[in-house]
Amino acid sequence: MDLFWLAVSTIAVGVFGCVAWFWGSNMILDRIWPPRGPNAGDNIRKANQVRPWLFLGPAILFLTLYLVYPVIDSFWRSLHNANGSRFVGGANYSWLLGDGKFRESMRNNMLWLLVVPALSTLFGLIAAQLTDRIRWGNIGKSLIFMPMAISFVGAGVIWKFIYEYRAAGETQIGLLNWIVTSLGGQPQIWLTLPVWNNFFLMLVLVWIQTGFAMVILSAALRGIPEETIEAAILDGASPWQVFFKIKVPQIMGTIAVVWTTITIVVLKVFDIVFVMTNGQWGTQVLANLMYDWMFRGTPDYGRGSAIAIVLMILVTPIMIWNIRNARREAG
Amino acid sequence: MEGMAGQKSTLVWAVNISAFLLVLLWTIPTLGLLVSSFRDRDQIASSGWWQSFSASEQTGFVRTGTDADAVQRDGLYVIEGNVLAEGQSLVAWGTRARDPGAHQPGETVETSDGWQLTVAEDGAYVLTSPTPFEMRRGERIFLTTKAPPKFTAANYQRVLTAEGLGRAFMNTLTVTIPATVIPILIAAFAAYALAWMRFPGRALLTAAVVGLLVVPLQVALIPLLRMHNEIGIGKGYLGIWLAHTGFGLPLAIYLLRNYMIGLPREVIESARVDGATEFQIFRRIILPLSFPALASFAIFQFLWVWNDLLVATVFLGNTREQLVMTGVLRELMGSKGGEWEILATSAFISIAVPLAVFFAMQKYLVRGLLAGSVKGG
Repeated sequence: MDLFWLAVSTIAVGVFGCVAWFWGSNMILDRIWPPRGPNAGDNIRKANQVRPWLFLGPAILFLTLYLVYPVIDSFWRSLHNANGSRFVGGANYSWLLGDGKFRESMRNNMLWLLVVPALSTLFGLIAAQLTDRIRWGNIGKSLIFMPMAISFVGAGVIWKFIYEYRAAGETQIGLLNWIVTSLGGQPQIWLTLPVWNNFFLMLVLVWIQTGFAMVILSAALRGIPEETIEAAILDGASPWQVFFKIKVPQIMGTIAVVWTTITIVVLKVFDIVFVMTNGQWGTQVLANLMYDWMFRGTPDYGRGSAIAIVLMILVTPIMIWNIRNARREAG
Repeated sequence: MEGMAGQKSTLVWAVNISAFLLVLLWTIPTLGLLVSSFRDRDQIASSGWWQSFSASEQTGFVRTGTDADAVQRDGLYVIEGNVLAEGQSLVAWGTRARDPGAHQPGETVETSDGWQLTVAEDGAYVLTSPTPFEMRRGERIFLTTKAPPKFTAANYQRVLTAEGLGRAFMNTLTVTIPATVIPILIAAFAAYALAWMRFPGRALLTAAVVGLLVVPLQVALIPLLRMHNEIGIGKGYLGIWLAHTGFGLPLAIYLLRNYMIGLPREVIESARVDGATEFQIFRRIILPLSFPALASFAIFQFLWVWNDLLVATVFLGNTREQLVMTGVLRELMGSKGGEWEILATSAFISIAVPLAVFFAMQKYLVRGLLAGSVKGG
């Protein structure tokens, strides 16, 4: 119950504080330069120079403290030793290059990067195309989209149940092993199979992200001008040709957006690996490796920060691409 | 697309069937979890959840009574009893481990000790002997039984109380609601300024917000935790609320700005001409008109905070009383790896609220996604 009141009072204080800030600061501004009287014009101009910064103030403060400062601080820390007491230059980075676990993580992240966006976009495209053409399409869309609302941890439980292993001869209660044994195969401990286990983890993220891809691509497909499709059909194009030669090229821009959005999710993937294998059996990824160095055993903030900065560098090209796109649209 | 030239009914069928298969493939994992959460512990271990709607066959053995239970009747020594538990029915039985299903219900068989044993269909058994029984333990009867599908809500009760998920549910709620409400307020004002006020540096700030969208929050963990410790917030709710507010702001500002910039210019201009202050315009015009965008972001942030594990692990403590649901779930995966009735139930409780929000507010979620990706890209 205490907890409940703490939460309620925080919301009250937070909301009230925000409103008080915006309302109060605006009022003070209008007192200093009242928008009437002999100097009204001059006053309004002055007030309008200040007002945007009152509106933006809290946001800028938060963004600076919680996103900009940490990037700089992490970079600075990555040039120091484990507890930050000594400047070591690029030593953490050169150590990374030689570390087996780091190389494994980079390899796995690259695998994820190739497989997950590709499969999610492909399945999303198929799902969008199929559900757009049937009467119960909206229900179908909802169900494919649903995993989006499920946490990575919840999805981890769901899929671990599917990969569950019982020794040969026992009743298999994991769906995958049941199918395999029903077809006459041997049950496998899927999550420990070298290299393949990575793909079983990726499947979880594909399952989650397909719905996202489907929703965006379905909207794009519906935005294609009918004339282009009709013209192609009149010219005798088959449904396959219509899809791959007429529709897909027209939504290439949207496909790129979906692809990069999923790429960012993939680069930061953490929870799925953390709860399903914890990076064992050759499934380590960067985010989990960083967590290991920062919070397990004796923390090494230098090395942990160096891994974080590597992550940051990996997302930077996408960041620049996004900014350029946004500016082009604005201008 | 119906009525298109050359559309064949086989194609329609093919589309329907492949769509159905795809939907099935995407639904089955969650369905398995839901079904399992209502199953009995023993049944989960003895059969797959997809078999749970048909009667499940089990094998095992029970022992008859011993010398002490024997009575004398018609010059014979007799031990009687029943081998079945409630709800079970007998499929086959036997007296030797090597051939546990050798006999049909109702058959009479001579055991290796020369006794007569009958097991009836209702499970009643009669063991008779012309001479007094001499055995320390009862005779084994091997059984193949059938149990009807059994569903129970007992798992939910256990998980909510004994496994501490009830407490975690409250913790998650405590984290989520302020962390959803506060960024919306802050972002709404900032988005309005970026969309409708003219000031130097506006383009640069907008670009910065787009850039900050993709900053991996892993980068922020250590610096922020240290900052919180230094200014005395430490680990706790205040810290996690602030952290989620910071992490959620770029998306909030971005979504809201994109939406607000599309609002009709005339409405805002005429309000300005009428002498409304910016604050009044914001509160009376912008905020009500932006409701769809506010709802979209609220859902995003709600789902994201509710489902988050990393930020909670780092910014909240890790004792049992402080864990959020994802944290408990993760701990259970470690400690109760094989107890699927616990895991399935816990997982389902933790995903129930997001799923409900998802199905109720899907429209806004989709709208937000489209605004964030297609338009702004």
